[in-house]
Amino acid sequence: MTDPTPALSARRPSRRLGRQGLVQLLLLALLLALPVAADLTGHPYYVTLASRLTLIAMAAVGLNLALGYGGMISFGHAAYFGLGGYVAGIGAFHAFDMTPFLGGIPGSDNLLVLWPIAMLACGLLALAIGAVSLRTSGVYFIMITLAFAQMVYYFANSWPTYGGQDGLPIYLRNQLPGLDTQEPLTFFLICFVGLVLAMALTSRLMGSRFGAALTMARLNDTRLATAGISPTPIRLVAFVISAMITGLAGALYADLNGFVSPSMLSWHLSGELMVIVILGGVGRLYGPLVGAALFIGMETLLGGLTEYWQLFLGLTLLGVVLFARQGVMGWLAGREPHA
Amino acid sequence: MSATLLLEQLINGLQLGTMLFLMASGLTLVFGVMGLINLAHGAFYMVGAYLTAAVTAASGSFLLGLAAGLSGAAAVGAVVELVVIRRLYHRPHLDQVLATFALILIFSEGTRWLFGSSPLWLNTPEWLAGHVPLPGGARYPLYRLVIIGVGIAVAVGLWWLITRTRLGMRVRAGESDREMIGALGIDISRLYTAVFALGAGLAGLAGALVGALQSVQVGMGEPVLILAFVVIVIGGIGSIKGALLGAVLVGVVDTLGRVFLPLAFRAVLPPAEATDVGAALASMLIYILMAVILAFKPRGLFAAHD
Amino acid sequence: MKQIARLGAGLLLAAGIATAHAEEDVRIGMITTLSGGGSHLGVDVRDAFLLAIEQSGREDIEVLVQDDARKPDLARSLANEFLQRDRVDIMTGIIWSNLAMAVVPSVVRQGTFYLSPNAGPSDLAGRMCHQNYFNVAYQNDNLHGAMGAWMREQGYQNPIILAPNYPAGTDALAGFKHLFEGEVAGELYTQLGQTDYAAEIAQIRASDADSLFFFLPGGMGISFMKQWAGSGVELPVFGAAFSFDEVLIKAVGEAAVGARNTSLWAHDLDNATNHAFVESFREAYGRTPTLYAAQGFDTANLILAALESAHPDDQDAFREALREADFDSVRGEFRFGPNHHPIQDVYVREVVMGEDGEPTNRLLGIAVEEIQDIYYPDCKM
Repeated sequence: MTDPTPALSARRPSRRLGRQGLVQLLLLALLLALPVAADLTGHPYYVTLASRLTLIAMAAVGLNLALGYGGMISFGHAAYFGLGGYVAGIGAFHAFDMTPFLGGIPGSDNLLVLWPIAMLACGLLALAIGAVSLRTSGVYFIMITLAFAQMVYYFANSWPTYGGQDGLPIYLRNQLPGLDTQEPLTFFLICFVGLVLAMALTSRLMGSRFGAALTMARLNDTRLATAGISPTPIRLVAFVISAMITGLAGALYADLNGFVSPSMLSWHLSGELMVIVILGGVGRLYGPLVGAALFIGMETLLGGLTEYWQLFLGLTLLGVVLFARQGVMGWLAGREPHA
Repeated sequence: MSATLLLEQLINGLQLGTMLFLMASGLTLVFGVMGLINLAHGAFYMVGAYLTAAVTAASGSFLLGLAAGLSGAAAVGAVVELVVIRRLYHRPHLDQVLATFALILIFSEGTRWLFGSSPLWLNTPEWLAGHVPLPGGARYPLYRLVIIGVGIAVAVGLWWLITRTRLGMRVRAGESDREMIGALGIDISRLYTAVFALGAGLAGLAGALVGALQSVQVGMGEPVLILAFVVIVIGGIGSIKGALLGAVLVGVVDTLGRVFLPLAFRAVLPPAEATDVGAALASMLIYILMAVILAFKPRGLFAAHD
Repeated sequence: MKQIARLGAGLLLAAGIATAHAEEDVRIGMITTLSGGGSHLGVDVRDAFLLAIEQSGREDIEVLVQDDARKPDLARSLANEFLQRDRVDIMTGIIWSNLAMAVVPSVVRQGTFYLSPNAGPSDLAGRMCHQNYFNVAYQNDNLHGAMGAWMREQGYQNPIILAPNYPAGTDALAGFKHLFEGEVAGELYTQLGQTDYAAEIAQIRASDADSLFFFLPGGMGISFMKQWAGSGVELPVFGAAFSFDEVLIKAVGEAAVGARNTSLWAHDLDNATNHAFVESFREAYGRTPTLYAAQGFDTANLILAALESAHPDDQDAFREALREADFDSVRGEFRFGPNHHPIQDVYVREVVMGEDGEPTNRLLGIAVEEIQDIYYPDCKM
């Protein structure tokens, strides 16, 4: 890995509010203020759009932990995004139908039950996939994660119980005690809190001894090994946490759409998540948020202009890779302070 | 289950394997020599099929179309290498993935812009439409045997190219030590363009040949691309020999799995469920195969280098 | 925070009522597939729909068109955009069943009319039917069932049947078997998006079937037909129109000739509305319309007819007007069943070589008269 952007800057961002800190604060404030304003002025569509953006960003935050900080280029994070979504969908399905899951477990539409299950399921899947995939590195890792995600995708497509390719509708958004999740703004705020928590976790993690070890594993794993730490377990733990964050985003995303289908598991989505991380700036705490905003923005604006919008999306992406190597965060906030 | 059907399915698997080999050999060569991971390889497959369909329709000659598909894909590959890919050799794999992902979008939508949304017409030519009798009474389409023949010819050609020619010598030198070959005064950028164009041409050939059997449409390269990835991961990235073996393995396992797994489950489950479970498992079979192989050999069967 | 949210919701409600009553114009939102694989279906629906609106000469109808790229979540987001930002009165356009399942239930629940120009998943005809949902195309089983009935009538006794292993595929085979009523020689399931069918064709050859029925929409059908023609197996081939529309058979070429398929419409169907439609579509776009175009055209004309008697703001009156279905359909007789799905004749067509050297469909006759889906008893509206 010859990645030039170190990740250590995430440590204690509050002590020194430089240009990067200002930009970050502004971004969060904007993300919070715009939907609230849209809701007050009676434009709930933009609230829903902001929720979508927030969740895609959260999924990308998960991926960024593996990809940006850990140097593990996972081309299969859609598997966790989709699995999280399916946990929400399947829970609601059994709660709605009053039928048990796998013979004995009752369904549930309580998010406080569904979220941990979604994260647990994604963690276990990532543990299995990671255990095999992390035996490899480089291009092998990229391709094997892609292949495993395809395996999950085909499975979901051909398994008829939960709708197969038609997907699984969630008729009523799953419930959180004391809140009305059907209200667009309330749901947005739930998503927002999720995103902030995911970023805070990433930041804390990268500021800890674990984060230092992970960074070292990315930059030079021989040196880490000479320090008596084996890099593979460190990577595996980061990979699992990364999948859990993405999975939780997926569970929320299924609830936002009221629908989960194998398209949430497709390799295009894995690719788009990578695109978002890279657009925003690899290994930067706020990179995924910026990347998601750009991506959703382009999709919304270009999609309304021309049916060939994906062509222009492709050209833009190519331009960013070739000419804006630090991502948009690099351009907005300057190089990482420690670089 | 008759022996004839088994034989026929084995040949089918072999044919799928040769097609995958045409795709995978280019992919693995480009990785082996330049260290580049190319997601847009499927785009050349599509370009080959579209050009073949267009030229065959215009000229009435399939051979002319095939030549256009092969050379056109190689030419497009050379241009893409000169304009985009060349800037990516010294970049991390991540940048390569993103840039070539962008190329997929550009090629897919660009093709749709030029040729429209409808699939194109392309059929096997009359003189290849016949059948060959198999032992046991079945007949096998001649065209599919021709594809197998082309695949074998390409495999032999590549082996000759790499072991017996100057270009091959440079390729091998480049694989084992990329800096050294530059120091020797070989024009490395021309070598890279040539290798990339060769890979693109082979993908175009695969698309052109298979285009006569399948639907020539936007996005046709993507499912094949992912299978080709599985092939080179199993075979060992960078190894032509591995690509050949991996391709045949994947082709045969996938074909036989699709046919025999539902039948096998019918012995233990009621027919409807057997079909469901069998088909679901068959669609995952090659990925399971890959996981098992990588669990024992993390760098594939014939790893060249990482 | 909850209060702010509630305040926002109140404002929205007020704004919604204000805009809806301020304008007499009718706004129609169309979400359809215009890019990527299978986009010729969406393009035909859109083109024919816009043609009908244009022919009506009405200036007060605005049609907003968006591309869903065949992604359910994007379709869902576009639907929100139409409902919440553009405040459309009517939505239409979705091609694929899985996208319809993602979008339709929430659209109709929020009080907007949805008219389906193509997809007809069984849930929306049965237990999830809704008073604001109208299907102007078909219920997914219709064409397969009709072919089953027709093949039985023609004396076929042992067909082998083939479909991809996904809900529409299993539904198709179930629908076929339901009206065929006899034993089949075998059922084969392929992978969705599969491109090589050598293995399945070998199994068909090895079976003792007297005919083949298959459901492989889009590119899968093209691949299969080409490989089938090259295989030398000589069973008669049957299918539904989804594998034999005018665009697909031109891509398959001669290999499609002889195949018979059921359709709810044919371009050589003999009625004045259809003659005018086919002619004007050819003139406007330079190609022969597919059945998707016919469905899009009918959808627009149904809306136009209903608008003659009521504005969608007057929900009950507009719904009643839609139910009447008092318009000249290009497929002849057209009426709705109790679940707002069509009761219609299904035709059989044969692929023949046209005078221009390209294959085209020729009408053979009626397969089943007045076919109705089997899910309407589950529909409580």
